[in-house]
Amino acid sequence: MIFSEEFRLKIGLAEMLKGGVIMDVTNAEQARIAEDAGACAVMALERVPSDIRRDGGVARMSQIRIMEDIMKTVSIPVMAKARIGHFMEARILEALAVDYIDESEVLTPADETHHIDKKSFKVPFVCGARNLGEALRRIAEGAAMIRTKGEAGSGDIVEAVRHIRTIVKEMKHLTILGKEELVHEAKNLGAPLDLVEWVAEHGKLPVPNFSAGGIATPADAALVMQLGAEAVFVGSGIFKSEDPAVRAKAIVKAATYFNDPAKLLEASRDCGEAMRGLDVAKMAPEELLQTRGW
Amino acid sequence: MSKTIGVLALQGDFEAHRKAIEDSGARAVEVRTAAEMHACDGLILPGGESTTMLKLLDMEQLTQPLRDFAATRAVFGTCAGAILLAHHVTHPAQTSLQLLDIDVERNGYGRQIDSRIANIDTAEGVVEAIFIRAPIIRRVGPEARVLATFGKDPVWVEQGRHMVTTFHPELSAGSIVHRRFLSRI
Repeated sequence: MIFSEEFRLKIGLAEMLKGGVIMDVTNAEQARIAEDAGACAVMALERVPSDIRRDGGVARMSQIRIMEDIMKTVSIPVMAKARIGHFMEARILEALAVDYIDESEVLTPADETHHIDKKSFKVPFVCGARNLGEALRRIAEGAAMIRTKGEAGSGDIVEAVRHIRTIVKEMKHLTILGKEELVHEAKNLGAPLDLVEWVAEHGKLPVPNFSAGGIATPADAALVMQLGAEAVFVGSGIFKSEDPAVRAKAIVKAATYFNDPAKLLEASRDCGEAMRGLDVAKMAPEELLQTRGW
Repeated sequence: MSKTIGVLALQGDFEAHRKAIEDSGARAVEVRTAAEMHACDGLILPGGESTTMLKLLDMEQLTQPLRDFAATRAVFGTCAGAILLAHHVTHPAQTSLQLLDIDVERNGYGRQIDSRIANIDTAEGVVEAIFIRAPIIRRVGPEARVLATFGKDPVWVEQGRHMVTTFHPELSAGSIVHRRFLSRI
């Protein structure tokens, strides 16, 4: 499989974010705190997922002026969210020249059947996935980065762990299959055969594989990195905690030293109280954000 | 004995550099501590976010060990790594290690949609140059030597044992740039 120059550039920026922490911010002041703490990028959105959950209503792309403010304030890449299937929100974000678009289940979906044709954009996209089939469908549409969905705004790491373990296990499984078995597997996964063959040969996704959805502590970040995530997104976990600046720094340190328990102890020691969180096991199915997208 | 090249693995595309070094026939190790750094014959500062790397160098007290390392051994920086090694950094201003006499403007070409791939002529032949939110080298001091330009901008510069590129040779197959770095160690 040969990747176009444009796709290699899109993957290239994702490569630069590896080992880092992408933080949700809702204004320029938070963006500054995130950058000062060592975030490798920020995600601009109107409300962090835990507030979206609390407030209800329709969650849409952020206000343009807030995003412009954030882009003026920080020198690190700025990402922004568009609703699933809302390719015109995405066109507006591309015109704004954000560095990455997250076609995100955290916002209210605009299309219950189709995701955005991401190949038709010059700006790169990241999409959430719960399993390998979903990840490969998004890559087939043009996503240049995959992240686990986890359960956004919960502060509960259990779903991100489930999703990264599922994706990694399904990839390992492909590596032991014969060529003829891969056709059947592509059918089961609901994913294009050429991508299934690529994963079978390389044992990993053709794009960077990050984790999101429920990361609230340095230990959470280290856990998903140990399980195979190459970088982490932290949403409500930072700005819903007791001391965002300190917690942000601690999670940045944990993403780098995910394999060094002594450093993780240092990172965990003085970071104040974590966000309160919600036990995902006690949520009603209709409250889950991860089941949005197909 | 084969050379051991460290790749600073605080944040960024250190894995791509590790692979480029291994493909060139040397040993590559990820470096996150001063002890790991000092076991290496040369060091690469990868692409990524220079602000993130600066914070972690400072937080983990790795700046002085890195200066000590560079006093006797070779360092190669790509993109964010080049920003860290520059004499003076603008857009916005930030501190740097000042190991090469070059001035650098961050995100000189614009945002991600302005990223590009170009084939450029270099001292080592034609090279595929991948620019991602790349910096522009605005001044090159008399001691530094330009090995390649893109348009009018110097994009590959060496000075003494150190060198920088504003593009990402680690993302192209069979990197001539990495081989030149290895040949100088």
